[in-house]
Amino acid sequence: MTATAPPESLVDAPPVLDVRDLSVTFRTETGSVSAVDGVNLSLAPGEIVGIVGESGCGKSVTAMSLAGLLPRSARIDGSVRLQGQELVGARPSTLRAARGRDIAYIFQEPMSSLNPVLTVGRQVAEVLQVHERLSRREALERAVELLALVGIPSARERVKHYPHQLSGGMRQRVMIAMAVACSPKVLIADEPTTALDVTVQAGILDVLRDLRDRFGTSILVITHDLGVIADIADRVVVMYAGRIVERAGVQRLFDRPQHHYAAGLLSASPTPGRHAGTHRLQEIPGLVPVLEAQPDACTFADRCPAATARCSSAAPPLEPAPLAADVGDHPHEVACWHPRGDRPRPTVEEHA
Amino acid sequence: MRGYLLRRAWQSLLTLVLATVVVFLGVRALPGDPALALAGEDRTPEALAAIRREYGLDQSLPVQFWRFLTNALQGDLGTSIRTGQPVSSMLRTALPVTLELSLLAIAIAVVLGVGAGVVAAVRRGRPAEWVANALALLGLSVPHFWLGLVAILYLSVATGLFPASGFVPVSESVAQNLHHLVLPAVILGTGLSAVIMRQTRSSMLDALSTDFVRTAEAKGLRPRAVIGRHALRNSLIVVVTIVGLQLGGLISGAVVTEQIFGLPGFGKLTIDAVFQRDYPVIQAVVLVTASSYIVINFAVDLLYSIIDPRVRVTGDAS
Ligand SMILES: Nc1ncnc2c1ncn2[C@@H]1O[C@H](COP(=O)(O)OP(=O)(O)OP(=O)(O)O)[C@@H](O)[C@H]1O
Ligand SMILES: [Mg+2]
Repeated sequence: MTATAPPESLVDAPPVLDVRDLSVTFRTETGSVSAVDGVNLSLAPGEIVGIVGESGCGKSVTAMSLAGLLPRSARIDGSVRLQGQELVGARPSTLRAARGRDIAYIFQEPMSSLNPVLTVGRQVAEVLQVHERLSRREALERAVELLALVGIPSARERVKHYPHQLSGGMRQRVMIAMAVACSPKVLIADEPTTALDVTVQAGILDVLRDLRDRFGTSILVITHDLGVIADIADRVVVMYAGRIVERAGVQRLFDRPQHHYAAGLLSASPTPGRHAGTHRLQEIPGLVPVLEAQPDACTFADRCPAATARCSSAAPPLEPAPLAADVGDHPHEVACWHPRGDRPRPTVEEHA
Repeated sequence: MRGYLLRRAWQSLLTLVLATVVVFLGVRALPGDPALALAGEDRTPEALAAIRREYGLDQSLPVQFWRFLTNALQGDLGTSIRTGQPVSSMLRTALPVTLELSLLAIAIAVVLGVGAGVVAAVRRGRPAEWVANALALLGLSVPHFWLGLVAILYLSVATGLFPASGFVPVSESVAQNLHHLVLPAVILGTGLSAVIMRQTRSSMLDALSTDFVRTAEAKGLRPRAVIGRHALRNSLIVVVTIVGLQLGGLISGAVVTEQIFGLPGFGKLTIDAVFQRDYPVIQAVVLVTASSYIVINFAVDLLYSIIDPRVRVTGDAS
């Protein structure tokens, strides 16, 4: 397995990030949209956790809500504790102090996420100027080191370049340099490789893994791409329509997916541990619903091959999976009235 | 960048020559005979012929044009038919007044417009935005001359806060000079500042919802840095274009404003010359106006490449 589990002692340490009962609702002109509902999530030091789910499942909204980066139209309930400090409802100055220093982000689009009119060196240096009170010169000097750290050749020249002068992969490395400048405890990577081609992807994932190994950074990787999860994550969380429907160790989820949604996503996907390139999620018939309010039902019921009357009348809680086999290092939980149990994951034909 | 500048300079020169031809012909197409205007009571054919000969009006158009062009290149713009003074010296006294008025108006408009635009965007949906929007609407819809007259009535005549008319050169007294120019400059700048405000507001709103502003926020930057360094700098690219396009309007606005405030500037020179069919002066005035348009466009282009690094590169490539 390339995704080596972090040392046992680290997993038992108190979580760096602890999310409890997180819900996000947007006020829009056409009514409210419930994007995230009752999400519980924790990140141990040095752990890499993946969040997967189809488009519109609430992955990005979950990620943004952690450091309060959502627009004013979003209402966030629940609790987000970063090293014990509550961030939901925290003062702007508290949030600012945490952002970039304790919790940092890498976004999907490396072109539009960098400011086109500032040199990349300046953009990396900025973080250090704010959080470490370095002078502009010192910060630029550090920026050179950071760009070199994330694998940008001739970094001393590159700091003077503008984003449009760099390739997509290089820009994403700049984003990473910016994110890790202050050695954050938690790194949130929202589709860090989606816009990049496969060979570049592998390089970016190597950089992330290397950061975890060297600095013990905890990383939350959000992706559509099960190949990325298989490659880098220790644990996976599967989201559907704003809720967590299943979570388990990577190997475990790939072997014995319990939720029919997870099983659907996983059919025809790679085996963990192999650098298998890009693997988009398997198409499941139907669409992720946009919900005005969260119903007391399984929101996947109308797309689920195993749905019964019970599924549309009560929401299944997230509970330990009914499995005979050993669960391994990480708990395996599922929110389903009819989990798949000991059946192995379906093949494409079986699911189709 | 060099090649780009050279090409621009060449284009500018061509535009200038064209403008000169158009002006030359345009002035001669005006109804009315300057000789008649000059002759006064003595309208005998001999007197008129003498006048025409003196000012070269009896020559063919191409000859007149050639003479005008070669003289202009030597800095000799001819002699005013109306005052008998060299046109170039008339310009030398009038131009600084207008230049100062315009620059002051632009400065005021940019400061007010950009400031209000940023506030309106950042405080979207709150009272500050409504106030800024209402002021912008007023600035756009109320004509200069009316605003100027009202200002004179209340701020000069009634309260005596500002002089109602006249001008003091900077060389005599800086304070006096500003005192005379502030009010006209504010009036002249209102329209422009309203345009700038609206443009700044809308491009700031765009900028504030971009991914890179979110990145800036995710870095933990202060709002001042997020708004100023990240959002505003990108918005200014659009604002600069708009300002550039609006400066032409500013020149014509200056003509009216100078008239209202009795400033001895370019506008006054122009109007007097047109009424008197003072060919040499009209020609010179239009020539200077055309040149200033060209210079302004050039300056706007330069400013672009300073603000937006991407323009610098395309300039290089071409
Ligand atoms: N600003 C907003 N206002 C209203 N609704 C929003 C807003 N942002 C997101 N949503 C809604 O929240 C839901 C979840 O969106 P989110 O961006 O988290 O999906 P995602 O899982 O990240 O999808 P993708 O894989 O496409 O990035 C969607 O239904 C979306 O329409
Ligand atoms: Mg997303």
